[in-house]
Amino acid sequence: MDYQQLLAPAAKAMRPSGIRKFFDLAAEMPHCISLGVGEPDFKTPWSIRDAGIRSLEQGRTRYTANAGLKELRAEVCAYLARRFDLAFGPEQVLITVGGSEAIDLTIRALVAPGDEVIIPEPCFVCYEPITQLTGGVPVPIATRAEDGFCLTPDALRAAITPRTKLLILPYPNNPTGAVMSEADLEAIAAVLRDTNVMVLSDEIYAELTYGLDRHVSLAALPGMAERTVVVNGFSKSYAMTGWRLGYAAGPADIIKVMTKIHQSCIMSAPTTSQYAAITALHSCDEAIETMRDEYNRRRRYVVKALNEMGLTCFEPRGAFYVFPSIRRSGLTSEAFCERLLQEKQVAIVPGDAFGACGEGFARISYAYSVDHLQTAMARIRAFLCENGWA
Amino acid sequence: MEQLLRILEQNARLPLEDIATMLGIAPAAAAALLDEAAAKGYIHGYNALIDWERAGVNVVEAVIELHVSPRKSRGFDDVASAIAAFDEVDSVLLMSGGYDLQVIIKGHSFQEIALFVAKRLSPLDDVLSTATSFVLRTYKRGGRLFQAEEIDERECTVL
Repeated sequence: MDYQQLLAPAAKAMRPSGIRKFFDLAAEMPHCISLGVGEPDFKTPWSIRDAGIRSLEQGRTRYTANAGLKELRAEVCAYLARRFDLAFGPEQVLITVGGSEAIDLTIRALVAPGDEVIIPEPCFVCYEPITQLTGGVPVPIATRAEDGFCLTPDALRAAITPRTKLLILPYPNNPTGAVMSEADLEAIAAVLRDTNVMVLSDEIYAELTYGLDRHVSLAALPGMAERTVVVNGFSKSYAMTGWRLGYAAGPADIIKVMTKIHQSCIMSAPTTSQYAAITALHSCDEAIETMRDEYNRRRRYVVKALNEMGLTCFEPRGAFYVFPSIRRSGLTSEAFCERLLQEKQVAIVPGDAFGACGEGFARISYAYSVDHLQTAMARIRAFLCENGWA
Repeated sequence: MEQLLRILEQNARLPLEDIATMLGIAPAAAAALLDEAAAKGYIHGYNALIDWERAGVNVVEAVIELHVSPRKSRGFDDVASAIAAFDEVDSVLLMSGGYDLQVIIKGHSFQEIALFVAKRLSPLDDVLSTATSFVLRTYKRGGRLFQAEEIDERECTVL
């Protein structure tokens, strides 16, 4: 069989992850230490795990309603109102398999062939390929370190065309750790209010912000709820990555169509996870704070250590990544990371994996114990010194 | 202060500079906090978590459950502090439940501990009975695994 001829062109055209081989290499190094992962090192709080176990003991092992358990959707609404001042009703919420499915559904429900999707980069890697699978046209906007990797209203205005359907707003940002303040968001909202552009606000890191201000959702600004689909989930805030549970909240007409797609592809999100998630939303605010405090301490440590060794990074205020510049090495991001891996067995992610404008940077995750981070920082420092880049 | 104590509880050997960085304060301010914590008795000491078994050093440990008759005036405090005064005693805890005091003792041999119980603990006026259990193996102590390494199962390929 000539599979190359059989495979759908759009699927074949998806860019393979350039760093796959890089990490395969890392996995085979016995003394390699990674700062590469994008998930919490904490275990899911016990009360949440217990709720999942209890649901199994009670034999709650069937499908749920397509949109998700009614009780869970009500909890999601209460949570979004309590933590982020968002006013959604249960009919505006769809429970999905991770935030990832919510992203997929939002793009598929909105984007027709030829529609343009504005994607501020560097960013999480899934927006572009999903857009391309729908026949949409990704329009990347390169955000800049000088702007704190925020999307600026000027850049947005310049990117909007009559074909623009959707803006992806991925803040707090993976990989840069950038957050957008209420004032930043208001400037973006001002540009959008005159248009028909919808927004996918990916707020999966909403609980992990470290400034004095809490995360602000674009949908909480005047007039923005009607043009925003908020994507969030349980993975990062409750350390529940393996439970694969997220949600989308947005205008009822859009959620309804997304639910149709979800019904055909997924049926319903994992039932055990949904029962566990009710407990998460209901009684785990304190666990969120504890984990955030811990991340914050590591964040301060890593930022200072990197800046002191000459890998300058602006201060990330969200997520659990820092995004230092590696330009003083004179190497490309990929070459820098590959040599760091070969010479010191430390795995970090080249910045260009998150979009072309990430070149010259690298992503370092601090979802690791302080002991682990200390060892890693010492190795990176030695790497820079030995190569004369310190 | 709570943040400082949480950092130290996990790793007491961090340089003061790093602790200050994590707290987002100046090293001098962190030093002052540390002094305050010691002065107010929030921190009783800094001990290493030693795996004697792996180090090949013979250390025998026993947990002793004590029934005591509390004194009318001072309750359990008198007898507890008398027991705590022995050097061999690692910890003394007043317990709820089936017995009164839990005493943890470290020694070089089973015999040494048995003698200590027979000659020192049991004769105390207020001690009604003792039940000694020897520790056979330490799996976890002070939040650290002793037998197995904590394995990071996370795949580094997920972005």
